[in-house]
Amino acid sequence: MNAPLRPRFAGLAAAAVLAVTLAGCTPGSGGTPAPTLDPDREIETDVSALGDRTLTVWDQEVRGGQDEQMTRLNAAFEEEYPNITIERVSQSFDDLGRTLRLALSGDNAPDVVQANNSRASMGAFVAADQLLPLDPWAEEYGWADRYPESILTYSTYSDDATTFGEGSLYGLPQVGEVVGVFYSKAKLDQLGIDVPADWEAFEAALRTAKDAGETPLLLGNIEKWPAGHVFGPVQGALVDSEEIQSLGFGNEGASWLTPENVAAAAKLASWQTEGFFNEGVNGTDYDAAWQSLAAGDGVFLMGGSWLAADLQDAMGEDVGFFVPPATAGEGARTTGGTGLPFTVTSATDTPDLAAAYIDYITSDDAMAILAETGNLPVVDTQQYAPASGVLRDVYTAFGSVTEEGALLPYLDYATPTMGDTLGEALQGLLDGRLSPEQVTEALEADYADFTAAD
Amino acid sequence: MRRAGPSAGPTPYLLILPAFLVYGAFLLFPLARSVHLSLFDWDGLTLATFVGFDNYIDIATDERLRAAFGHALVLVFFFAILPVCIGLALAAVLTRARVRGLPLFRTIVFLPQVIAMVVVAIAWRQIYAPDGVLNTALRAVGLDALTRAWLGDYTFSLPAVGLIGTWVSTGLVTVLLMAGMARIPAELFESARLDGAGAVREFFSIIVPAVRPEATVALTLTVVASLKTFDLIYVTTGGGPGSSTTVPSYEVYRRAFELGEVGSAAAVGVTLTAVIFALSVVINRRAERGA
Repeated sequence: MNAPLRPRFAGLAAAAVLAVTLAGCTPGSGGTPAPTLDPDREIETDVSALGDRTLTVWDQEVRGGQDEQMTRLNAAFEEEYPNITIERVSQSFDDLGRTLRLALSGDNAPDVVQANNSRASMGAFVAADQLLPLDPWAEEYGWADRYPESILTYSTYSDDATTFGEGSLYGLPQVGEVVGVFYSKAKLDQLGIDVPADWEAFEAALRTAKDAGETPLLLGNIEKWPAGHVFGPVQGALVDSEEIQSLGFGNEGASWLTPENVAAAAKLASWQTEGFFNEGVNGTDYDAAWQSLAAGDGVFLMGGSWLAADLQDAMGEDVGFFVPPATAGEGARTTGGTGLPFTVTSATDTPDLAAAYIDYITSDDAMAILAETGNLPVVDTQQYAPASGVLRDVYTAFGSVTEEGALLPYLDYATPTMGDTLGEALQGLLDGRLSPEQVTEALEADYADFTAAD
Repeated sequence: MRRAGPSAGPTPYLLILPAFLVYGAFLLFPLARSVHLSLFDWDGLTLATFVGFDNYIDIATDERLRAAFGHALVLVFFFAILPVCIGLALAAVLTRARVRGLPLFRTIVFLPQVIAMVVVAIAWRQIYAPDGVLNTALRAVGLDALTRAWLGDYTFSLPAVGLIGTWVSTGLVTVLLMAGMARIPAELFESARLDGAGAVREFFSIIVPAVRPEATVALTLTVVASLKTFDLIYVTTGGGPGSSTTVPSYEVYRRAFELGEVGSAAAVGVTLTAVIFALSVVINRRAERGA
């Protein structure tokens, strides 16, 4: 009976040896400590004086126009400074988000990375001291003059990352995003309605469309997050912007339980009960929804400016975009934000070069190239608006929202779990199984848990 | 006779050493590392804190995770038990009835097994869409009342996803069982017929007992497949609507990559591994005892 036990025993012994070896190192202790920069060091803004260097950049600019602008800007940078080689690693948004954590904690961290503004990404990296605060360079290059303050708050964190929107600047975005309403011009003509000038008119238009037997508002929500882009603008119209800002940034001092927030959830629920949405929103693909608009199966579609290029390709001059203000004439308050900001890792050995690169790809010349390649430049947007088409509407809307209205953060920035909480709560609301109160309670629980933990 | 057993010297161990090293590097080490990680509260970035078995206690108390394991058991029914029942009947018909073009049928039944799960999931997502093939077919026969957004329905999304699993596993199970049935000597059926047994009696008294080993293999494979399902859920529903179709392996992914709770994710993964291991042992023990 002894012999058969032997191998088993050997296996156990091997496992035990392994476990003991492993127990020696606590996860997260292997990384090199971030080198601290001498606060009195001189910032070198002349890239040609830096000698032969390689700059490793991780970006997620993979789609057509995004990739084109990045390629052009990198080539121009290398041409202007022949002593610099840019090593570009490009991957999709999802892939970058997943690999960045490992890359930043490893030994060969890149110099410049695009990190999502959210607490789950940028916030976590700031808390782990993996990104450099860019304030000295911001001063040197005058970034505060280049960018509107509302945009810079999106990449600003306190040193320990407990506060989002205040503290040091950690990155600069190239492009902007705004969530609004796409519509089919032909359908509006057919129904005899004008482009709604405010929320009241928008709701009236939805009702007119419903009465005429059309599908008023298209939504594909199987992915859970799309409904957040319908709820966001609704909330923007009904709730105080500063309150939403605190809720969205996950900072203390706000509450989801206010009557205004409940009213916003109730508004969304009423759109569902009135039959404004297409059948089975929770089982419809996000992409299928905008394709339905292009196919003429609906009148309005609420979504982000990133859909504009695809919709223009599919619908040509038939598609338009607007952001309804709460009251006609004033600036609209809606969900939006920036593209992923470019940040500098604390592992870089050439922070001056990294900062100079970020300055270069967000300069006026860069903004012009961004506009040329069909992106929405985040600075001086209206100036670059094309002469016609839905992109003109988008540029105008973004400019007016950032300058006259308010750009409100994506609500899932708030906490690492908020994306799921919000998505699941809104699916429940649209299904009719959660009341508006239950939805705001679920959101409050997530938000309060997080802010209390700090 | 040569000496055997413990006194054979180090040679046998040296022979398995290369394979063991590979096995150790790519399986035992990651497994041990997961167990190790599961004892920490770690965000994947900063220094971890040792929390002992807290992550495991959380699994037992977290309603969402308990539900996820419950969903996995529902999927076991659709991925394993249902296909074995269908597979038994189908394989019996295909072997006993002299069907023309048997290889063709076998190929068709097996085909879903060959297609990548992601492709399967995308195809079914379109079939289940509100204006997809399934609803169109229901409307065509006047069953409008039954149409719904299958993957967006709190009650029906889990069975809908489960049926995709049934569709995929049935082929594998059927082919395995057919191989077992081919071994049954024809004389057995002849004598059963002479004793007056019908097709049903034949099925339960000869076929089912004879394919017990194959059924065990089929059950083990499909139960394991159902418990570790990730791609199907990820592509079709993302765990939704709400969290009504989330499964343990999806929770591992969500925790590790979306929420940055690496320790907790590892704990879920280790628990899942233990559950799979335990179920496989139970299935195989029962089969051995019954044989």
